[in-house]
Amino acid sequence: MAEAASGKPKAEAKTGGGRFSPASLVLIAIILVMFFASYFTKADVSGLQIHPMKQFVVKPLFGGKELAFYTPTVVTLWMGVAILAVVGLLVLGTRGRAIVPSRVQSVAELLYGFVYKMVEDVSGKDGVKYFPHVMTLFVFILAANFLGLIPYSYTTTSQLAVTATMALLVFFGVTLLGLYKHGLGFLKIFWVSGAPLLLRPILAIIEVISYFVRPVSHSIRLMGNMMAGHAVIKVFAGFAGVMGLGAVAPILAITAVFALETLVAFIQAYVFAILTCVYLRDALHPGH
Amino acid sequence: MAENTKAGEEAVKAAEAAAEAGMPQLDFSTYPNQIFWLLITLVVIYFVLSRLALPRIASVLAERQDTITNDLAAAEELKQKAVEAEEAYQKALADARAEANRIVAEAKAEIQADLDAATAKAEAEIAAKAAESEKAIAEIRANALEAVKQVARDTAKEIVAALGGKADARTVSAAVNARLKELGS
Repeated sequence: MAEAASGKPKAEAKTGGGRFSPASLVLIAIILVMFFASYFTKADVSGLQIHPMKQFVVKPLFGGKELAFYTPTVVTLWMGVAILAVVGLLVLGTRGRAIVPSRVQSVAELLYGFVYKMVEDVSGKDGVKYFPHVMTLFVFILAANFLGLIPYSYTTTSQLAVTATMALLVFFGVTLLGLYKHGLGFLKIFWVSGAPLLLRPILAIIEVISYFVRPVSHSIRLMGNMMAGHAVIKVFAGFAGVMGLGAVAPILAITAVFALETLVAFIQAYVFAILTCVYLRDALHPGH
Repeated sequence: MAENTKAGEEAVKAAEAAAEAGMPQLDFSTYPNQIFWLLITLVVIYFVLSRLALPRIASVLAERQDTITNDLAAAEELKQKAVEAEEAYQKALADARAEANRIVAEAKAEIQADLDAATAKAEAEIAAKAAESEKAIAEIRANALEAVKQVARDTAKEIVAALGGKADARTVSAAVNARLKELGS
């Protein structure tokens, strides 16, 4: 205990490299600029007019009202940034292929090992074949969630269209995989062979309902978590905007919620991925 | 069909109302756009991962595992060598001890033999010397006896002469001899 406590400041001093690293100076400068800029752009904030849901509006990136399916929107932008983040972490970060990894490479390896072990443990050995698919969903959601925490960014995973599409992809992918692997034997998933014979039809009905509700819970869980956290932050930010310099309590509240949201950003990506693995296991081994 | 579209329109209206009320997520007019870009994103990430990132990380991890396994094997080998070296050292030590003991025993035996020979020689010499001494003593004793005889004869002659007799040399010496024989016996 004492050793860990004494070891920590040393490590911080090492990574900090002096009192202020360039990155922290840039961050402080950005915060100051935003703080003063907010006083000049305050014109459109009048009274207690807080619109916590406005941040989720899908706006075309280059103006205009038309929204064809190919129009680049703010969603497109931040999905693109998510791709860049994934490429930066998992491709550029590992380009050294070092036996003793750099920091970025060890994070990439950590993510790889984490998801690989999850797929192997939850879905079984034969589920490892679908590891790239689970990894794709996991890193996309993780990148989108964390990018959404950057002020003035956009959280693509707070959109029902996005999470529902992913949940339906998983649902149909897993169902078709089960039918392809086991044919009609896949329907055993609804037939609880461990229960008394009399109860089995009733249980089968419940199982069928729960099976088809899966994509709903799968998608709304992620979207709801992301939306709620950001909306709460926005509400507190509205209070802070009204109170001006005296807004100590709202800023503390924002800090607390932000910390919680950082946790939620990871946990929800994890939950989405592990549920995908669970569904995958059901498709690969339908018997109860 | 007509009912469907009507229901759809109603749903859209409801969604628009909901969006205005506060949930832009339920604005279905943005769905095709979002789904389109999401699918592109997922496909791009999937190909980047499955073609580039995942095989690379897997190979790095496998390589590291190999390196660790090899290093462990090498360490095991070195440890084995150290154990062998220690055994050889202990054996050499034991051999050296045995050799030393043997040499000590040999030296002791040699010394003992030399000592025995020297003792025997010394004893022989001592015996020889003792015999010689005895002989010398016997000689001295014989001489002494002779001298006593001579002194006794002369003394007896002188005494006889002093008493006024004339001593016959032969008689005196016979008397002395007889007296000495008496004393000696």
